[in-house]
Amino acid sequence: MNSAALLLRYFSASLRSQLQYPGSAIMLGIGAFLTTIIDMLAAWALFDRFGQVQGWSLGHIAVFYGVVSTSFALTDFFTRGFDVFGNEFVKTGAFDRVLLRPRSPALQLIGYEFRLSRFGRLAQALLVLFVGAAVVGVDWSPDKVLLLAWTITGGVALFTGLLVLQASFAFWTTESLEVFNVLTYGGIQAAQFPLSLYAAWFRNFLIFVVPLGCVAYYPVLAILDQPDPLGAPAWWLPTAPAMGFVFLSLSFLAWRAGISRYTSTGS
Amino acid sequence: MNAARPYLAAFSSRFLLMLQYRAAAVAGFATQCWWGAIKVMIYAAFFAATPTAAAASPMTLPQVITYTWLAQALLALTPWSADPEVALSVRTGSVAYDRLRPVDTYSLWYVRGAAWMASRALPRAALMLLGAGLILPLIGLSDWAWRPPPTLAAAAAFAVSLPLALALSAAFLMIVNIIVAATLTDRGVNVLFNSLIIVFSGNLLPLALYPDWARTALLVQPFAGMMDIPLRLYVGQLSGTGALAGLGLQAFWTVALILLGRWAMDRVMRRLEVQGG
Repeated sequence: MNSAALLLRYFSASLRSQLQYPGSAIMLGIGAFLTTIIDMLAAWALFDRFGQVQGWSLGHIAVFYGVVSTSFALTDFFTRGFDVFGNEFVKTGAFDRVLLRPRSPALQLIGYEFRLSRFGRLAQALLVLFVGAAVVGVDWSPDKVLLLAWTITGGVALFTGLLVLQASFAFWTTESLEVFNVLTYGGIQAAQFPLSLYAAWFRNFLIFVVPLGCVAYYPVLAILDQPDPLGAPAWWLPTAPAMGFVFLSLSFLAWRAGISRYTSTGS
Repeated sequence: MNAARPYLAAFSSRFLLMLQYRAAAVAGFATQCWWGAIKVMIYAAFFAATPTAAAASPMTLPQVITYTWLAQALLALTPWSADPEVALSVRTGSVAYDRLRPVDTYSLWYVRGAAWMASRALPRAALMLLGAGLILPLIGLSDWAWRPPPTLAAAAAFAVSLPLALALSAAFLMIVNIIVAATLTDRGVNVLFNSLIIVFSGNLLPLALYPDWARTALLVQPFAGMMDIPLRLYVGQLSGTGALAGLGLQAFWTVALILLGRWAMDRVMRRLEVQGG
């Protein structure tokens, strides 16, 4: 069986098991939809009081937020295995079994769970994205739709890279490091505002270390037809999401290094 | 005094036990620094963007910045989730032991919960005070720092208000615990109350910065007393009669939630089914 077919098999098994508890699945989905609504609440209140910030309106913020949150929601569907890797695979020794199977460990971890409840976050993110775009008057020409898809793909690559990196650290620490939530959930919070609002050190962190700005800020500027107030050249704006793939490749290097030095915890 | 002894012992043993989790405290501190820094930069950008609106704002930027660091420092003082010990004892059936002890179960859980929150908040608050209150001014970023209270009266009001906030949070925690005891799981109730608390305690945004038409309603709801009221007293945004009203609201909600909790606990314990065996 080729990898794609195997992955489909994994996902359908996971879906079937979650649908054994339809009430729970639906409530978790609705819960995710409602809890993510509050992500926008603070921004709404601030714009209500201050009107604008550096020429940006609530509609712009909604587009920034919608793009990065959509990327994260899509990533969240299939990265649960990496998220719980330390606690449920390394600490318990279950990773030994994964290594014994004749398939790549990454593929097996992706197939660990397909999280149905993330539809709630995805629905909310897309709703915010398109309502925001309508408010600021984005004209969805084919090249912009393509750019949006490319941006979100880059974002999925970046968030997947973060989760792979989090899992890689578990080879050294044995536990899952929840500090990484700062970069995923905290990253969504940070990337929902234009980078020009931040101090230089933090901006550089979001461009060069964890390139969240490259999968949200720059390409969204191109979607909004805005030049970069910080002076990045026009060709860079739609190119930037490629950095998500660079980050993903580096994360897989760390993952390889981790596997090669893996020693079982026994038991 | 003798009547209080078992509860004091329960409080101090839980408090000292939870203080041992130093790595968790450092990790929590790192997380809260990140969130605090993002928030402070965003608020500063908004205040700088529209000077007229900034002048009309009920809180000045330095007040908002101090509020933000304090809110991050005292994060663990709000009842984020049911007491994990209670949730576990309900699931495993060891809740039966608590019922057999010759002490009042409500009071026992209450002091244990208060100790749990206080012990998690204390090391994080100390680290945050060191980082945002001392190191930031020392490296020349005093504009972004956690400042001392403006007046002695503000400091005194905060000193009264903070224990009240803990008492109120513990009273609310008991309601969450009782829901867990009745439904046997802490999953749904934690998700539900998390969002309520993050918004209405002022953690997401200082309550005074929401639109003016919502101001009174946001102040009188019970969650304000868990964090927003003490922090407003600290920065001096509530003073004089306003400060007294804030303290009164905290006391009122504490008593109301304890009465509600005791009533609900009686009902739930009467038909409690013990799990496991």
